Amino acid sequence: MSTTQVRSSTGERLDALATGESPRAALVGYLPVGFPSVPGSARAARTMVEAGVDVVELGMPYSDPVMDGPVIQRAVDHALAQGTRVRDTLRVVEQIADAGAPVLVMTYWNLVLRYGVDAYARDLAAAGGAGLITPDLVPDEAAQWLAAADDHALDRVFLVAPSSTPERLASTVAASRGFVYAASTMGVTGERTTVGDRAEQLVADTRAAGAPRVCVGLGVSRPEQAAQVAAYADGVIVGSALVRALLDAPDESAGLDALATTVGGLAEGVRSARRVAR
Amino acid sequence: MTAGRAQDGRRLRDVLLGGGPLATHQGPYFGEFGGRFVPEALVAALDELETAYHKALADPAFSDELERLHRTYTGRPSPLTEVPRFARHVGDGVRVFLKREDLNHTGSHKINNVLGQALLVKRMGKKRVIAETGAGQHGVATATAAALLDLDCTIYMGEEDTQRQALNVARMQLLGATVVPVAIGSRTLKDAINEALRDWVANVDTTHYLLGTVTGPHPFPEMVRDFHKVIGDEARAQLLDETGRLPDAVAACVGGGSNAMGIFNAFLDDPEVRLFGFEAGGAGVDSGRHAARFSGGSPGVLQGTRSYLLQDEDGQTLPSHSVSAGLDYPSVGPEHAWLHDIGRAQYRPVTDDEAMDAFRVLCRTEGIIPAIESAHALAGAIQLGREAATWSTDGHEPVVLVNLSGRGDKDVATAAAWFGLIEDEPVVKADEGEQL
Repeated sequence: MSTTQVRSSTGERLDALATGESPRAALVGYLPVGFPSVPGSARAARTMVEAGVDVVELGMPYSDPVMDGPVIQRAVDHALAQGTRVRDTLRVVEQIADAGAPVLVMTYWNLVLRYGVDAYARDLAAAGGAGLITPDLVPDEAAQWLAAADDHALDRVFLVAPSSTPERLASTVAASRGFVYAASTMGVTGERTTVGDRAEQLVADTRAAGAPRVCVGLGVSRPEQAAQVAAYADGVIVGSALVRALLDAPDESAGLDALATTVGGLAEGVRSARRVAR
Repeated sequence: MTAGRAQDGRRLRDVLLGGGPLATHQGPYFGEFGGRFVPEALVAALDELETAYHKALADPAFSDELERLHRTYTGRPSPLTEVPRFARHVGDGVRVFLKREDLNHTGSHKINNVLGQALLVKRMGKKRVIAETGAGQHGVATATAAALLDLDCTIYMGEEDTQRQALNVARMQLLGATVVPVAIGSRTLKDAINEALRDWVANVDTTHYLLGTVTGPHPFPEMVRDFHKVIGDEARAQLLDETGRLPDAVAACVGGGSNAMGIFNAFLDDPEVRLFGFEAGGAGVDSGRHAARFSGGSPGVLQGTRSYLLQDEDGQTLPSHSVSAGLDYPSVGPEHAWLHDIGRAQYRPVTDDEAMDAFRVLCRTEGIIPAIESAHALAGAIQLGREAATWSTDGHEPVVLVNLSGRGDKDVATAAAWFGLIEDEPVVKADEGEQL
């Protein structure tokens, strides 16, 4: 696979953070497009970057989000009820591409299939997007996307889980570019009191399978959890806690304030982590 | 299908499969359909299931046990009933036979698949099963098998459906199952499946997802078809015994498509047997209120598999509609999508009105109250009767085999309201349900 010949903007960002003056893991922040509104989600993404998110993960709202828990489901339902479209996601990517963080789009696969895999890759690249995170697409089914991502120099973030066999870790790592998304636990997105104890081992196993960068998501919501994960992973992915900051706020401006506060705490957590030498 | 088309089908089959039989085609792909569009977290469990299933297939003890259960518990073989009074409504000289899956324990074909998967669960050493249900038929069958085989059982059901199908909720609870109302999304079957998938991702070490139809990720479409192929195998032998020949046409309703695959499978490699799947045309395909995935949908991915589905311009799933709970699902099994594309089976819509007319005809002419799902197949047979005269049948009377996939006890309230037998009851036309 010719993955090494394609530059990875997400990978370069993670590498820069890992080798900078004070090496640290990245903070990856998720928000869905269209919540609380399409322009509101662009403002929220910008706020998130200004408050310390290093990589943005923009969710495309989908009618059947099987990997998402109740918090993200609520936000996505709202976005769809307001008529958020796939092309709105590309518009928001374009609007925040200069905010200072690579922008990945998180999407369930049918939306990309319907748009056309190559057409979507082309338009995402043109909008300044860095790549895709695909929670219901495993590399076995991804031939079209693997090719389109190479053609348009996009990152391909696939997931690994505590249940992944060594063979599947190897094939998923080989198909990924940018980083590998390690699901901390067997489950869906949502805030949890503890980060799964299988996460650290999964990161180690995924690195052993050849992954240059592994970020951990699912269930990370608090600064101390972020610090804990940042000690062994290349990035900490937070979603539901950020969406909740917006959901619980009485209006958009209060939501953006709450979002900035939440991100600030998480960024602090990531920076406070004691890095384990790789 | 004309003889020419049958030959086309055979030629296509040769191209696609190197001449291999259609009836034993294995997943994950059916042409460009099928596959596994799932979170990575589920892949290990799907691999485990596939391995356990193929091992069980090779083990005579497994088929012996399943056969024994079907004989002593399900009540198999189910009878084949010729229905001459009903046939008069189909067409002059047309003979109609019903495969009586309605007489199975729990009232439909669903038990065939449920017992097969539940035995596999025991072999895999898992202690808990989860399932989705719409109107409750698959949920009741699953709760039944769980009681029989001592498994914990949780059934996900859309909140709307738990209210509309309170009696089936009680049945499942009597059988020891926990029923979880799903209060998100459209609060119907599709959302119950999403919630079952979320449960499965979190509990896959101990839990089996007992999927109720020939959809979902590999190996479900292939495995569920195999557990239902007993329907077609029996019907074929019974019909040969009765008439000395194969049917000219087979008619089945298609929601997810399990009863249809079950009866089609035995005839897939007999190109002279025309296969017809009837999907829910609801208020009419042009109305937008239907579950006609072939005439009103397009290929896409939903809930683990690539098939035809109801979707908007962006690929968001569209709500389906049918008077029949069990046909009210926005997608369809990938093997049907393939049979459609290669021309081996034809899929046509039947409206709510047509289905309910056929429902009444069967009640009045034969003393059999069908499930409203199965009434779509009966209405389909009436449609076929109009073209039977054009079939070349070598001088024989045309024979139509209809899969009567379930009985109508569960539908009595809906039917009574539809026909105005109950005063002041709203007509429940928008019932969502599990796919038959």
